[in-house]
Amino acid sequence: MNKTIKALGLALMLTTAAGGMALAQPTEVRIGVALEPPALDPTAGAAEAIDIVVYQNIFEGLTRVDQNGAVQPGLAESWTISEDNLTYTFKLHDGVTFHDGTAFDAEDVKFTFDRILAEDSVSAHKEFYEPIESVTVIDPLTVEIKLSRVVGNFLFDLGRGDAVIVAPESAGNNANVPIGTGPFAFLQWDKGSRVMLEAYGPYWGEPVSLSKASYVFIGDTATMINALLAGDIDGTNNFGQEALEVFEANPQFQVLVGTTEGETILSTNNTKPPFDNLKVRQAMAHALDRQAIIDGATYGYGVPIGSHFAPHNPYYVDLTGTYPHDVEAAKALLAEAGFPDGFSATLKMPPLAYARLSGQIIASQFAAVGIRLELINVEWAQWLEDVYANKDYDLTIVSHVEPFDIGNYANPDYYFGYDNPEFQALIETLNGTTDDAQRKELAVEAQTILANDAVNGYLFELPQTGVWNAKLTGMWQNSPIEGLVLRDIKWTE
Amino acid sequence: MNRLWSHPSLVIGLIATLVFVAIGLLSLVWTPYPIEQIDIPRRFLAPSAEHWLGTDNLGRDMASLVMSGAWTSFLVAAIAVAIGVGVGVPLGLAAAAWGGPVEWVVLRLTDFVFAFPAVIVAILITTLVGPGAVNAIVAIGIFNIPVFARVARGGALSIATLDFVAAGRLAGLGNAMIAWRHLLPNIMSLLIVQGTIQMSLGILAEAGLSYIGLGTQPPATSLGLMLRDAQGMFLIHPWLTLVPGLAIVLIVIALNIAGDGLRDAIDPRLRQGNPNVLA
Repeated sequence: MNKTIKALGLALMLTTAAGGMALAQPTEVRIGVALEPPALDPTAGAAEAIDIVVYQNIFEGLTRVDQNGAVQPGLAESWTISEDNLTYTFKLHDGVTFHDGTAFDAEDVKFTFDRILAEDSVSAHKEFYEPIESVTVIDPLTVEIKLSRVVGNFLFDLGRGDAVIVAPESAGNNANVPIGTGPFAFLQWDKGSRVMLEAYGPYWGEPVSLSKASYVFIGDTATMINALLAGDIDGTNNFGQEALEVFEANPQFQVLVGTTEGETILSTNNTKPPFDNLKVRQAMAHALDRQAIIDGATYGYGVPIGSHFAPHNPYYVDLTGTYPHDVEAAKALLAEAGFPDGFSATLKMPPLAYARLSGQIIASQFAAVGIRLELINVEWAQWLEDVYANKDYDLTIVSHVEPFDIGNYANPDYYFGYDNPEFQALIETLNGTTDDAQRKELAVEAQTILANDAVNGYLFELPQTGVWNAKLTGMWQNSPIEGLVLRDIKWTE
Repeated sequence: MNRLWSHPSLVIGLIATLVFVAIGLLSLVWTPYPIEQIDIPRRFLAPSAEHWLGTDNLGRDMASLVMSGAWTSFLVAAIAVAIGVGVGVPLGLAAAAWGGPVEWVVLRLTDFVFAFPAVIVAILITTLVGPGAVNAIVAIGIFNIPVFARVARGGALSIATLDFVAAGRLAGLGNAMIAWRHLLPNIMSLLIVQGTIQMSLGILAEAGLSYIGLGTQPPATSLGLMLRDAQGMFLIHPWLTLVPGLAIVLIVIALNIAGDGLRDAIDPRLRQGNPNVLA
């Protein structure tokens, strides 16, 4: 009988939700985040988890993106742009120091961009900065950047996590001990558990009100709920939508629902048969029922997209009707493509709730048209290695969180393997255009090409649903760029 | 045979186990709804005439999921027990029949495997070859091997000293024949009892592995996987956690009661108050 009792104890998965709040710590904040960054150098990796910790907290760029997506001065207090839009002259802030005490000056700016553009560059997005022809130090506080061609979005690109300014003394070690100029300095990283930052006293800008911030890595929703309820963490920037209800009615918490730049897509390996066949991709697009996916995976908070573009962007055009949900049309297209009985494929899913849920729903929707999916759960490092780097996949689901990242489709070596010279020429024209009306026209055309080519399965724009202690203010409701900016967060009574 | 039925716990346990096995078997040919069928608009329904146990977060019928999940659990546990019996019992019998260095090797091997908990072995295997039901079976099966080797050896040792075994040996039977003809039939009852206990542990192990994402993968389902899917919503939809949780509890209780009853009923030596021979 002893065994029975033991078995009972093992089988009952009791979740105890401890009530009550920990003592308020008016200058320290603990934030739960789902993913642990693989490293802490934002100039050497594509993972959003890196920027969540370091962007605008530890590292700063010449410009910064604010919570409305607008470009603000960063380390450069002002700039002038030449008539031909090819020469940018930046006036740098005085008295800025890195966290190791070394001074920041124009040489660091030059070093940063030379490093991004070097042959052996580790930048995840060298293409944004590739038009830079030269970076010239005029005096210690003035730097001039010359472009080889006009780049419409250049100031925004300078504000990305990929272009934060690093020092030659510390750049090599930033992956483990990041040293930047931001309001927070790196304190320690307990691998597998948390990263801690502390306010940097000599910070050049407005002082921040937090003295300490820690990012606690909590992978699953149930643990996150308990951590929030028990007061182990003070908030999270993106909480699983399935359990938002728990906090919506609780006065101790506030729920912030906003938008992100995360186009969640069913990424398709366009170089691999049968996905190199347009008819197959169109059939898959017809097989998708977006509303069901949005309801099932985001509990209705996601916004449907028909191409790779964020709906809140002024250049957005609604293309969700390009290939409406139509099982018969999908079957007919598959038959035309030579797969009257469908085919089998694998779907690799990274460890994110939206991906795992969407995957199951899509598998069910694809089964209805005869496409049999084998679902494979992969860990994040494995995903970055197999899918993103080695392109060893059929289908995968992931959110592309970088702003204005439609340009990735112009890179035939990107993991989609989409190689369309017409599109590449279009993006080049778009990048070289500064007139807003023209840019919009080109952006709409680019979105339309992707939608018609059904390059990937376009699912929804990822919502940002933050849950925070009701006494905290200053969190970003929307996420126009990947990051979790601590600058304005403070406790109120 | 009458004495079998004089144990009420055995009867209840066996019947309950058989009911669960029958439900699981039934899921192979019929479930109220196909379990892969996702239908978002009908999710989170309360139990009703249409959906006996309601529906889950993806609109799948809970009754169908439990049926199918119970079958997965039984299947994984049963195959794992078969692996344990198939490898462990011959090892144990060999140890008892040959003795000496053979026994030493077998015992050290079982010590070695015992040193690793099943979950660690499973994590190792799934890290090497990826998650999946088959890997869960292998991991749990490996864990079962030393258990059965020990039980078989212990049981056989106590029988090997009896006169009829000595008589067989005098008649010229070799070690292998003695093990096969005389030892094995006499430890059958022990093995059956141990089998039911390992079944229930196997079901728990499968649920545990699926719960941490190393066992059964969607769109197939198991009770552990259902728990995992539902845990994020425990505070809002506790029902989704309770159903698979209770199913696991009931199956394990049924198996344990049946096992305890079988032990009492089958082994005459137990009733004579000498349980040490089983150790």
